[in-house]
Amino acid sequence: MNKIKKLTHQTEFYIFLVIIVLALIIQARSDQFFTGNNLVDLANALIVPALFSIGTFMIIVSGGIDVSFPALAALASYIVTVVLNGMNYTGPIIVPFIFAGAIGLACGAFNGLFIAKMRLPALIATLGTQSVFRGILQGALNAQQINTLPPSMKEFGQSSLFVSQNADGVTSMMPTAFLALVVVVVIAFIILRYTMLGRGIYAIGGDESSANRAGFKVVKTKFFVYCFAGVIAGITGIIRACMMNMVHPTNMFGMEMTVIAAIVLGGTSITGGTGTLTGTILGIFLLTMVQNSLIMLGVPAYWQDFMTGLLIIIGTAVSSVQILRSQKQRKPSLSKAGS
Amino acid sequence: MQEEYILKATDIIKSFAGVKALQGVNLEIKKGEIHCLAGENGCGKSTLIKIISGVYSLDSGKVEFNGVDQTHQLSPINAIMNGIQVIYQDFSIFPNLSVMENLAYNSELMQKRKFVNWKRFRAIAEEAVSKINFNVDLEAKVGTLPVADKQLVAISRALINNAKLIIMDEPTTALTKKEVEALFRIIKDLQSQGIAILFVSHKLDEVFEISERFTILRNGQNVKDGDTSELDSDKFTYYMTGRHFENKHFTAEVKDEKPVLEVRNLSCEGDYQDVTFDLRKGEILGITGLLGSGRTELALSLFGLKKPTSGKILMDGKEVKLTSVQEAMKNKIGYVPEDRLTEGLFLDQSIGRNIVISELKDLSSRIGMIDQEKRQSEVGRWVDELKIKVADPDLPASTLSGGNQQRIVLAKWLATNPKVLILNGPTVGVDIGSKHDMHAILHELANSGLGIIIISDDLPEVITNCSRVLIMRGGKITGEVDPLQVTEADLAKQVTDVAVNG
Amino acid sequence: MKNDATFSMRIKNWYGHDKNFARLLIIFILVVVAFSIINPSKFLSVANFQSMVYQFPEFGLMSLGVMLTMLLGGIDLSVVGMANLTAITAASTLVAFVPEGASDGQTMMVIVFAVALGIIVGSAAGFLNGNLVSRLHIPPILATLGSQQLFTGIGLIITQGSSISRLPAMYAETGKTLVAGFIPLALFIFIGAVIVLSIILNKTTFGTSLYMMGSNPVASKFSGLNNTAVTNKAYMLSGTLSAIAGLIMLVNYNSAKPDYGSAYTLQCILIVVLGGVNPNGGFGKVGGVALAILILQVLSSGLNLFPTISNFYRQLIWGGVLLAVLTLNYFTELREKKRISTSYKDDKPKETAKA
Repeated sequence: MNKIKKLTHQTEFYIFLVIIVLALIIQARSDQFFTGNNLVDLANALIVPALFSIGTFMIIVSGGIDVSFPALAALASYIVTVVLNGMNYTGPIIVPFIFAGAIGLACGAFNGLFIAKMRLPALIATLGTQSVFRGILQGALNAQQINTLPPSMKEFGQSSLFVSQNADGVTSMMPTAFLALVVVVVIAFIILRYTMLGRGIYAIGGDESSANRAGFKVVKTKFFVYCFAGVIAGITGIIRACMMNMVHPTNMFGMEMTVIAAIVLGGTSITGGTGTLTGTILGIFLLTMVQNSLIMLGVPAYWQDFMTGLLIIIGTAVSSVQILRSQKQRKPSLSKAGS
Repeated sequence: MQEEYILKATDIIKSFAGVKALQGVNLEIKKGEIHCLAGENGCGKSTLIKIISGVYSLDSGKVEFNGVDQTHQLSPINAIMNGIQVIYQDFSIFPNLSVMENLAYNSELMQKRKFVNWKRFRAIAEEAVSKINFNVDLEAKVGTLPVADKQLVAISRALINNAKLIIMDEPTTALTKKEVEALFRIIKDLQSQGIAILFVSHKLDEVFEISERFTILRNGQNVKDGDTSELDSDKFTYYMTGRHFENKHFTAEVKDEKPVLEVRNLSCEGDYQDVTFDLRKGEILGITGLLGSGRTELALSLFGLKKPTSGKILMDGKEVKLTSVQEAMKNKIGYVPEDRLTEGLFLDQSIGRNIVISELKDLSSRIGMIDQEKRQSEVGRWVDELKIKVADPDLPASTLSGGNQQRIVLAKWLATNPKVLILNGPTVGVDIGSKHDMHAILHELANSGLGIIIISDDLPEVITNCSRVLIMRGGKITGEVDPLQVTEADLAKQVTDVAVNG
Repeated sequence: MKNDATFSMRIKNWYGHDKNFARLLIIFILVVVAFSIINPSKFLSVANFQSMVYQFPEFGLMSLGVMLTMLLGGIDLSVVGMANLTAITAASTLVAFVPEGASDGQTMMVIVFAVALGIIVGSAAGFLNGNLVSRLHIPPILATLGSQQLFTGIGLIITQGSSISRLPAMYAETGKTLVAGFIPLALFIFIGAVIVLSIILNKTTFGTSLYMMGSNPVASKFSGLNNTAVTNKAYMLSGTLSAIAGLIMLVNYNSAKPDYGSAYTLQCILIVVLGGVNPNGGFGKVGGVALAILILQVLSSGLNLFPTISNFYRQLIWGGVLLAVLTLNYFTELREKKRISTSYKDDKPKETAKA
């Protein structure tokens, strides 16, 4: 009984409900939602945004924000591919992963320098670094689309865990890259739940000066978060390149909006301190599902931006009104308490 | 040889960029004693504590823990290692995390643990709360707890690392009378376990009640130390401020039987019920009650910030609907809020802007253009009238002392020319000298015909400054007393008595 | 003698009062001088000046909008979306209502109608932002991030993904009128906006309310300010300014499309921060922002003198400048704090913890 009550107090529960309801509606209208092929396609589309969301989630929990990760990912994947192509690389897939991770680390550290060390406002700082990353990519490196990848990357992109086949013969493959998502989720979960570093991220997001007095290394922890998110973003860039079998300098731009919105939809407070990985993944799932299913419902493609914007606004409005209500319940007066 | 003193600080000197905050201060605390460190805001209490706890470095002087010279090893970790714990005013807690985590982190970090063991967390937390018999759900988020419980979390946490001296920085500021009593019981209990307490306060009743010895600072120097039994209220006030004060009872000079404000059967579900009272011109009406008695909510309703569910409010005999602050202002009601820093002041903005903010409409033309000359003269007028010590009204309000800041908040409301002024905890966190000045100003205002309501749980304050006092309990007005006829103890009893039907 | 003293005192006073403005003025002069020396024939040419004065009112007006919201401690990331939505509305009205072979009078009437409609749409969009922030309490970052997407989305639905062009020639002609014979209309509007805004911010109740609410929204509520109305007004004005910017863009490009000017968002924030507005709200002046707009335009035109530099480099430069300005502010603030603490006689002097 108590457990059920607790469940209904969580944002995750409601998103889950919304997902189920939406799925049923799509199923009723198109008869195609609950097909193996569609679900595998959904999982496929989920990989890149979900990977991005994990690092960004940790940043938001720590009280920050990051809008530079798509630019960072594009930069990392471009540099890695060009360098490896240049030396006719034929080795294993692990090398491009490490290479991209390293570039991501450097860029993440660049973010961390401004936000953790110099305490600049995170949104404005990462808008700046986003522009710098894009400028390096498109200006200094004069990046163009690359259509041939090193063989191991191409193989990785085309390898699959399993292939799903519908009754009518349509097939969809579940890419190996999904494993990468699982691995990253597990790592992030362990960090957040079972290390003092991870608890420190929550503590800092809750009250920075308390965290400092308790003995958490505030600057180092924040710096770590931006570096970690950078590494994930770098690797995500490579995974995206492998999955699409090409490198495109700009086609990830704009993803930052949907990813941040999904995290907030998932119940993470934009001011930091609260939120769960489960909620984040559910939020990403919901947004991906809406974007993927519009076509199935016969909605023209150019409605997509409108629908996404609408979903972001409604979703964030619902969660902020919810927070407001719970605050009002908690403290009946406008005066202090808890200050 | 058994060392008598747990802490001995001698000749401490500390300057900040040329300004001497401490000029050779001494502080000695015996093992297991309850010691009070008193002084007005700005006397150097906080600086001294921060030096002992290793947050600030000292310029010269000597600090001994347990008879061992630690002057050159002072650091937060070192203080904790030596069993010295500080509980700051904001408790240093994490509102977003569970009680269990809040309790466990400090010691886990002290031991430089890298990984989390939730079972160990729970064990640490259970042990900590058991030390003061604190009954709390360890899974609850600290942000959802009442203030007093938050403090208990901070106290339990301090006890984990084998504390020998607990320094509490103004621990009673946000607590109700009842909670203060509970806190004092815990302090006595800790003492019986051999733990010394350094209690920082500027409230004299508390100093008398709890401490055995005291040290008083003024302007960064020792003024007096000794046994609390040698101290009385006049001496205490004198040591703190260097001034003598007379406690003059307020008596209304303006007699006007027609009420300016009438409240009739006002109710707000869940907060207060069936409140009825009158306020006449020239009187100071006190409303007292515990935190949660509905006093603040009632004040907010009178200022348009909380919608009552039923009942009437009348100004000058006409019914008014106070649906917003703007509406309340139109009806000539002013409100000096409880929390000066967050609700009353724009700290970074200029003193002048802070004074005129609420009367901007009166200073500007119909299209909203502000008359600069009028503005200047208004600022000048209020600075003079309330004797606000201001170097330049263009400086930010943060450059003023607490007492002067409170005067600015008052000036802001007087500038709107109100008929009714409601003050919620008008002297919370204001030191004794400024408190007296503030009261004198309120007396004058009442005598010039303003109707004033003081909401406060500072009983001596209501008794000396009000013409009538209403008592609120559990959301209801349970009585009215004549301050000239009632003793503090009597009033305290009426305020805290638990009503028969709850 | 005496006069001299007061004059130099005044300058000193003024400088001390508005260091930021003085600093920006120096930067502006330096940048202009530098480009004039590097390539006088091109930089100081009439053509260059002409292209400059047509360009900066676009992002200049949007920056002023962003500034208003940042004074409140918020931000407006949807200015470009509002500008494009306005341009699309006006363009489709023009295309739909100007009949083949219409007389000049008829066309003019439609233009006036289209412009009015565009400004109403932009202002309404801003008003929507304001309500999302003030009534639904959505953090401004998220609200305007979402509405940017929404406005772009509406634009996409109207245009079905392509651009609207073939406007009546009269629109662009009218838009390029010279006021008083020598001031281009766009520049005239921009100057007007700067003057009106500085009057609003310095001399009106709304202006003071904006600054006060920006530095402490709780206190402003308790002081009787209508926070909801102040917020709505600020975001709506941002929408109005963006709408005018959108109409100028329509003049300059002679077509409307949902993804025009997407680089402007960052540029606007850069300008506002460079102009000395505190991202946490409460402080900032129109003069500073106006100068920052000019500096950016000069830099941008100056870069055009080097054809080898690809357009994409601009992003690198804007981002770099933004970070450099923030870093510089960080270090000056550090120094300032140290200086102030000497005059502080308070219980809590600022000293960084040793730990």
